Amino acid sequence: MTKTRTMLAAFAVGLLTSTAALAGDVRIMWYSDGVEGEVLKDLVDRFMKDNPDIKVTIDNVSYSVVREQLPVQLEAGDGPDIARVTNLKALSKHWLDLRPLVADAAYWDKNFGDQADWMRPDGTDQISGFMTQITLTGGFANKTLFDQAGVALPGKDATWDDWAKAAKQAAESQQVPFPMALDRSGHRLTAPDIAFGANYIGADGKPAPIDDGSKAFISKFIGWIEDGTMSKDVWVSAAGSTYRAGADDFINGQVAFYYSGSWQVPNFSTKIGSNFDWVATGSPCGPANCTGMPGGAGLVAIKYTKNPKDVAKVMDYLASEPVVKEFSERTLFLPAHKGVIDKGLDFKTDDAQAKAALGIFVTASTGLSDLARKLPGWAWSDTIYGALVTRVSQAAAGEMTLDEAYNRIDADIAAKVKDSAL
Amino acid sequence: MADVSRQTSQRQSGQSLSDIAMMPVRLAMGVIDAPLRWVQKTFGLGGMAAFFLLPNMLIFGIFVLLPFFINFAYSMTGGTALFLSDRTFVGADQYTRLFDCSNYLNPNTCAEDTFWTAVSNTGWFVILQVTLMIGASLVTALILNRDLRARSFWRAVFFFPVLLSPVVVGLIWKWILQRQGLLNFGLYGFGFEPHVWLNDRNWAFAATIGVSIWAHMGFYTLIILAGLQAIPKDLYEAAEMDGTRAMRVFTRITLPLLMPNLLVVIVLVLIRAVQIFDEVYVLTGGGPGTSTLFVTQYIYETGFAAQLRNPGLAAAASILMGLVLVVLTLMQLGLSRSSEKKGARK
Repeated sequence: MTKTRTMLAAFAVGLLTSTAALAGDVRIMWYSDGVEGEVLKDLVDRFMKDNPDIKVTIDNVSYSVVREQLPVQLEAGDGPDIARVTNLKALSKHWLDLRPLVADAAYWDKNFGDQADWMRPDGTDQISGFMTQITLTGGFANKTLFDQAGVALPGKDATWDDWAKAAKQAAESQQVPFPMALDRSGHRLTAPDIAFGANYIGADGKPAPIDDGSKAFISKFIGWIEDGTMSKDVWVSAAGSTYRAGADDFINGQVAFYYSGSWQVPNFSTKIGSNFDWVATGSPCGPANCTGMPGGAGLVAIKYTKNPKDVAKVMDYLASEPVVKEFSERTLFLPAHKGVIDKGLDFKTDDAQAKAALGIFVTASTGLSDLARKLPGWAWSDTIYGALVTRVSQAAAGEMTLDEAYNRIDADIAAKVKDSAL
Repeated sequence: MADVSRQTSQRQSGQSLSDIAMMPVRLAMGVIDAPLRWVQKTFGLGGMAAFFLLPNMLIFGIFVLLPFFINFAYSMTGGTALFLSDRTFVGADQYTRLFDCSNYLNPNTCAEDTFWTAVSNTGWFVILQVTLMIGASLVTALILNRDLRARSFWRAVFFFPVLLSPVVVGLIWKWILQRQGLLNFGLYGFGFEPHVWLNDRNWAFAATIGVSIWAHMGFYTLIILAGLQAIPKDLYEAAEMDGTRAMRVFTRITLPLLMPNLLVVIVLVLIRAVQIFDEVYVLTGGGPGTSTLFVTQYIYETGFAAQLRNPGLAAAASILMGLVLVVLTLMQLGLSRSSEKKGARK
């Protein structure tokens, strides 16, 4: 009888371990733009040494997995225990409220409070996680190319037109295929849209119809694609809202001016090395302002975790001041942690170009427009970004006129608003 | 006499050994027999057939019929939630949305313009790819059926791309066709002006057809080749003795006798062409614009990759695509039955 019981118990344990996460198991879904995956592994190994009862597993995945597969897993009530994501607000209903679980909620509010709203459901005081890095969109110029062409780099308050003109001169002189490139992303397109006076948010808090500000920049943008000033390759290389970066073209010296963001700094530092000189330029100005778009990736706890206490322990560790400081200094990411920012950082790089670029982005972060600050925490941002990318790329490919594209953008957004209300 | 008795005892001991070895088998057969006897007694011989079909039907039901009905249920709901229980019943709204069009030949007049663009692209792709694929496979099979030097090598060469994963196929051709790809490198080397093939709507579309033919032709060639080798040689010998022209031999002997194989190939190519997705997704991503966006990618984008997913609309589109595939399969059944009847009459 005892033997039978023992066997049954063993069978039950076996079944449990095969179907459920073990107590102490924490899985992190992580994507990397540069070396941050390796840095995280280092930090997590140290954590596990001090906390042998918690086993942290890092699942390194591509960014598209986080964007396309994680939301489906979350909708099914599944997924990792912690994830690094960028569409923080749209998925906020899936995040775990860490407030009752973390060691010191006041520490989190004080140091990460400015971005807490970006990742929590509207109207709550939830602590969902923290930003692993703050990013800011901005331009990069291939300085060597400009120098060789004898074209002066446009100055601090240069406009988009100034950059287009200078980049075209430099590219033509040096026989480079693309004077300018801008990532195939609605987020990237939004910075110049706002600089040209766009407003996305309607009086009712829902998306407003596409306005003259957006139209002004988009029509300019399509004109640049048509006359070869802007890289067509990046924008027509996919259908739908698929993300495509122009970073590889810039790294290969094929682009004179590239509009992307601060997260590219470590990437460029590693991959460009001493091949050519490059500089960060901040965001070019439009008639309304010279804003960039803030954003970034956040590390959030998932509410479907079986081990919330262990998850909170891991999050407390990763959000602690020394860990954030080390992570930022080694990855060359701008931190979100107030204490770390106040005390200053010593970025671990010998690359003077990277250090200077980070300085430019830190300075640019003080000149953001109100709308740019608001959009990362607005529930409809991703919807607008998706519609913009889909339709602007169709206009870029010559499939529809600009007016048709504007009408379609409005119709797409209206359909999404209607769908989400069902 | 002693020899005979030794042999008999050896045979007996051998028999008893095999009896012992067979005992577990007999036991197992007895255990299996009992319920089968009961089934046959209770349900008759027809019931026995159903009993043996049951496992297959169960698998078919769980993995084919059930998902179909779940998909249909999704197509009658709206919203962005994933679970059916969280979704709102909207009746035929998703279908109405898909069919809301003033002119089906002009996608820009449709509410879901990308769906109709994808339908139109898929239609053209099917027409062109199926025709060219059948033609290329037939010609290749005819050539490979001849007494070539290193025939096995050439057969392997044509079959090799079939072994590649569609993602690998897409990547290989992307590296060849992109702006700084191998093709432009070669063209530049020979003094020609390079061209950005994948940025050009027509060339990108042509590339999707060419690449899919390259990747799958080997498989269909093999089926046709098997058909060619099954044609009796004496028919050709008789035709040769009669001095029949090669073209007449082809149209009067080869083609009619190859028809059953060709029918299978046509239907397989058709179905695969309607479902085209993977290698094109890697090669062009559906671009430039939406010029290589096909129905399967539309379903994927709408249901899974869009910023705000619409599983209901994706499900409705996939039901429509499923209907097209059912029609194609019925066509295949009808054609193969009529060709069987013709064969039997002859």
